[in-house]
Amino acid sequence: MTQTTPNAAAPNALGGGLRELISFRIGAQEFCVDIMAVREIRGWTAATALPQSPAFVRGVINLRGAVLPIVDLAARLGFEGSETSDRHVIIVAQIGEQIVGLLVDAVSDILTVTDDVIQPTPDVASDTAKMFVRGLLAVDGRMISLIGLERVLPDLELEAA
Amino acid sequence: MDPLAAIRETFFQECEEQLAELESGLLAMEAGDADSETINAVFRAVHSIKGGAGAFSLEALVRFAHVFETSLDEMRSGRLASSDGVVKTLLRAADVLADHVRAAHDGSSIDEAHTAELAEELKALGPEGGDTSESEEDWGDFSFQPLSAAAPAAPATAGWRVRFKPRADLYAKANEAALLLRELGRLGETEVALDDSGLPDLADLDPEAAYLAWTVTLTGDADETAVREVFEFVDGDCELEVEPIVADGGSAGAPADLGEPEIPTTEPDGNLDIGVLLARVQAAAAPQAPPEVPSGAPAPAAAATLAEPSPQDGQGPSRKPEAGATIRVDLERVDRLIDLVGELVINQAMLSQRVMEAGFARASGVAMGLDELEQLTREIQDSVMAIRAQPVKSVFQRMPRLVREVAAMTGKPVRLVTEGEGTEVDKTVIERLADPLTHMIRNAIDHGLESPEKREAAGKPAEGVVRLTAAHRSGRIVIEVADDGGGINRERVKSIAAERGLIAADAALSDEEIDNLIFMPGFSTASTVSDISGRGVGMDVVKRSIQALGGRIAIASRPGKGSTFTMSLPLTLAVLDGMVVSVQGQTLVAPITAIVETLLPKAGDVHSLGGHARVIAIRDSYTPLIDVGMALGYRTTPLDATQGVALLIEGEGGARAALLVDAIQGQRQVVIKSLEANYRQVPGVAAATILGDGRVALILDIDTIVAVSRGADSLRAEKRLAATG
Repeated sequence: MTQTTPNAAAPNALGGGLRELISFRIGAQEFCVDIMAVREIRGWTAATALPQSPAFVRGVINLRGAVLPIVDLAARLGFEGSETSDRHVIIVAQIGEQIVGLLVDAVSDILTVTDDVIQPTPDVASDTAKMFVRGLLAVDGRMISLIGLERVLPDLELEAA
Repeated sequence: MDPLAAIRETFFQECEEQLAELESGLLAMEAGDADSETINAVFRAVHSIKGGAGAFSLEALVRFAHVFETSLDEMRSGRLASSDGVVKTLLRAADVLADHVRAAHDGSSIDEAHTAELAEELKALGPEGGDTSESEEDWGDFSFQPLSAAAPAAPATAGWRVRFKPRADLYAKANEAALLLRELGRLGETEVALDDSGLPDLADLDPEAAYLAWTVTLTGDADETAVREVFEFVDGDCELEVEPIVADGGSAGAPADLGEPEIPTTEPDGNLDIGVLLARVQAAAAPQAPPEVPSGAPAPAAAATLAEPSPQDGQGPSRKPEAGATIRVDLERVDRLIDLVGELVINQAMLSQRVMEAGFARASGVAMGLDELEQLTREIQDSVMAIRAQPVKSVFQRMPRLVREVAAMTGKPVRLVTEGEGTEVDKTVIERLADPLTHMIRNAIDHGLESPEKREAAGKPAEGVVRLTAAHRSGRIVIEVADDGGGINRERVKSIAAERGLIAADAALSDEEIDNLIFMPGFSTASTVSDISGRGVGMDVVKRSIQALGGRIAIASRPGKGSTFTMSLPLTLAVLDGMVVSVQGQTLVAPITAIVETLLPKAGDVHSLGGHARVIAIRDSYTPLIDVGMALGYRTTPLDATQGVALLIEGEGGARAALLVDAIQGQRQVVIKSLEANYRQVPGVAAATILGDGRVALILDIDTIVAVSRGADSLRAEKRLAATG
């Protein structure tokens, strides 16, 4: 049930400003992250709930001996939290020194795009959009938001202050 | 680190080993079971330190080591008899030497007067007084002073004198001079003398060249062919000369054909101990190794010292001349291995659970194969843990000095008896054991033992005895500190506790409970703050540091007979004995060391104090009852106490509380996993672990849970302060 991402070993510098993105669905919306941040994709396993944690932290799971926190990306982005089922998928992503699991509905595609296809995020009022959305792509008439992962984990200082 | 600093670091590491050797040798002499080899080992230790110190121009250290060495040489040559007084002086000199080494290492200051005093005492031992002048010249330019460690020369019988000088080619072909010399040793009694006169200064040293030569005096009835056969494989790669010894032996002078500078004839003789020799051979053979480090270290890698040779063969390297029996490995690698084996154990447990679930019969081949796998994984785990394990000797051997000092300060004659120094436990545990042990031994002498007059009046020998013992008991290490003093003065302890408001003045306490009062914070029986134990740390600190290691401490005392402190510690910090409990469908692990007892609350025992605050009556004392599910936010309405199980725990500072959980699943050893690595610290959770079903379970941080339930907001307030300040 664990599948290593294809091309994970290949550098993303395809030349000519090309980059690879993994797109995934949350509800009816599509998002994508840079493929270089993704370590692996695995099926959903029940997480152990963590006390004193924000609602979007679903808990921790065992990833071959490492304790991996699971962030419900839907809840993190401000949508309804996911009702988890076996069909849900965890994207294991590297954020700085840490490894985090992102709970999404399904992984849909690997996109190879040039930088100029990525449009800047239009100025909207939503804080969430400002926090996470790094740009928008139009692919086959669908809108896909490019997500930055740096702020996915809860920020201890911000919360305590 | 620049190379010289690295070599220097290695030198200090070795000094520690030499000092340990020195101390254990002197202690053996004190106990009266010293033979000539012990004296040699002691001499060698001091000599090596002096030699290395010379290389680094540590003048003060060299000066003192020289005086020390001179006295030891007197003893070695039989001119000075080993009496009680002499050994005591030597022991104190060893302490001063250790001070000097430390001072040279970290730049701390030295008690000059004390040094001078002991130097005088040492000189007084020797017949001609000290002749320190010779040392400066000798060591200023750092030439080796080959030392004699051979047993007093036996009357020379017929044998062979073998001169052996390897060429660089010999090492290049991966031959080992040490192995050849050892092989030669099988033919009979050997006396090996090193000729290191060809050794250039460090700057001129070609790491791949060969500089050393040896003269081996072989006594025995081996014939020449046998001797030459030893060198068969290196024929042509060395200069070899085998000549028969005429009875009554010739001199050990260098034969002309070597053409090397001759061995300084001013030296007593050219013999070198085989252990030191082997080490030096290694140093010379290993391209990177600095031959200038006299006792011959392996490469001066800044690696953690694992399984140091000295604790295992405290008898000195000479008795076990197996060079290469230990290696130095980076601690990180070992820890990685331990981690991996932890995974293996979890994985194996998961696998067997799955197999059981799949409905295989216990007698099936699969299940039996799994059983064997389980055995193997456990064995692997034990062996891997053993890599980190070290004998407690390294901390025990610091204690004799402490005892001497405290004895001198209190004026109480004390004998320290240690047992079970070979008992092994995780390196980290050993490191963190030194402080509590130091404190307890100080206490045992200062508070435990009576004055000599009182002891004699009580019909006891004037000399008090403090016993320090270690042993393995059911997967833990048990360390005891016992004194044969007056035992705990319970009347006094009780009145002091009442005075300090620790107990009610009229509290009815059992003897055991009174004894345990000394572990309470703020309790100190010393009526005057003495130099020795009144340092503001009491037994509560000892208890806390033992608990932080996952251990427990207990006291047993008999009036007039003495007190015994017993510490029981886990063998490693990577695993933890846990009580697996369930709370609101979640599986949690509580550290067993904190749990005093478990009980099923009865409806009549639980009382509400308004809100969700509850207390439980346990043998007439009211203890706060904390619902773990509520404290961790797993549920919002408290559990009916009669539906759950209460764990009576004792947290930091001896505060007791009862934790209410839904059920107890069992007891097991769990591997500790960090939660912070990928997430962050979670209040109330100490760490995580992985259970047999592959799921993560959280390990409770009992102290925080108790603190949080005392004032739910205080924790957040503290955090806010920390964040802003």
